[in-house]
Amino acid sequence: MEYLTAARWSPYAVGIGIGILSWMSFLISRKPIACSTTFAKTSGMIEKLFRGKKVDLKPYYQKEKLAVDWQWMLVVGIVIGSFISARLSGDFNWQWVPSVWASAFGEGPALRIVAALAGGILLGFGARWADGCTSGHGISGALQLAVSSWISGICFFIGGIIAAHIIFKIIV
Amino acid sequence: METAKAIDKPKRQTASLLQGLAFGILFGFLLQKGGATKYDVIVGQLLLTDFTVVKIMLSAVLTGMIGIYAMKGMGWVELYPKPGSAGKNIIGGLIFGSGFALLGYCPGTIAGAVGNGYLDAIVGGLAGILIGAGIFAELYPGLRRGILAKGDFGDITLPRLLKVNDWAVVVPVAALIFFLLLWMERAGL
Repeated sequence: MEYLTAARWSPYAVGIGIGILSWMSFLISRKPIACSTTFAKTSGMIEKLFRGKKVDLKPYYQKEKLAVDWQWMLVVGIVIGSFISARLSGDFNWQWVPSVWASAFGEGPALRIVAALAGGILLGFGARWADGCTSGHGISGALQLAVSSWISGICFFIGGIIAAHIIFKIIV
Repeated sequence: METAKAIDKPKRQTASLLQGLAFGILFGFLLQKGGATKYDVIVGQLLLTDFTVVKIMLSAVLTGMIGIYAMKGMGWVELYPKPGSAGKNIIGGLIFGSGFALLGYCPGTIAGAVGNGYLDAIVGGLAGILIGAGIFAELYPGLRRGILAKGDFGDITLPRLLKVNDWAVVVPVAALIFFLLLWMERAGL
């Protein structure tokens, strides 16, 4: 069982594993693996706590009903699965600032949190605009050869590569 | 029959939720083992210094595509391609990409980052994604008939777009991904 406690697996072993997992999710649950709709639902559920039932009537939440579903549980599962893997290998650690960020912008957590918040807003907004994320479009949609997913997946990386170079090569 | 059905429905829903949880645990485990729950790995990919993320994604697409199209051929599974448009996928994709670079996680890997203990994901990133999704829901009524509908092409797949047999696309795409990965290894990426 040494491989369960290894800190890293070959990216190809991981990718093939995710590919096989997607066979299973199509076959057993009749659903593709995807994540980002869950964040939209959760956002609506939190809003509903403050503003009540009228939130359900928003056109977007008529399209994506505010309820815990298969994908919502999948996202919860990712947290658990990653925690198990990290604990088994001793890779779990409470960390405020990742080292690549620290080498460019310093060890202070405040700037990193502000950047993560701003990046999160763009990511959450963009995922809804594109109707999918790196898993729903980038993996599940691409493997179905969906045109929407290949266009989205390529644009995720074009936008990401340009923005990362602006952040780390021009700003710094 | 009626009562049996009435009991069956909540049971089926519970089964579906448990399946989602189980798939998530396996997915999260794999993402963590691959290093994809780490900011440094994801930003390294976008800075083109670490090709782990692309290697994981391309090998997942290669494996998944062959299996899914084989099972589709046998009538075991159906496809769920998302409808799209130029306004939706190009603009949304570029906005997503810029957020991807600034945050350093995506919606799936941030859940993995939470499980890994990364506090920038828990405190900053999660809140940001929820706010961004909420802003979109607020703006959606104005966007859906405007920019999101520009250049609409529907829920089409490449084989249907090109009007060819599935395998006439699957085989070349599989070969392309395989040789791209082989080239990356040869180039030491």
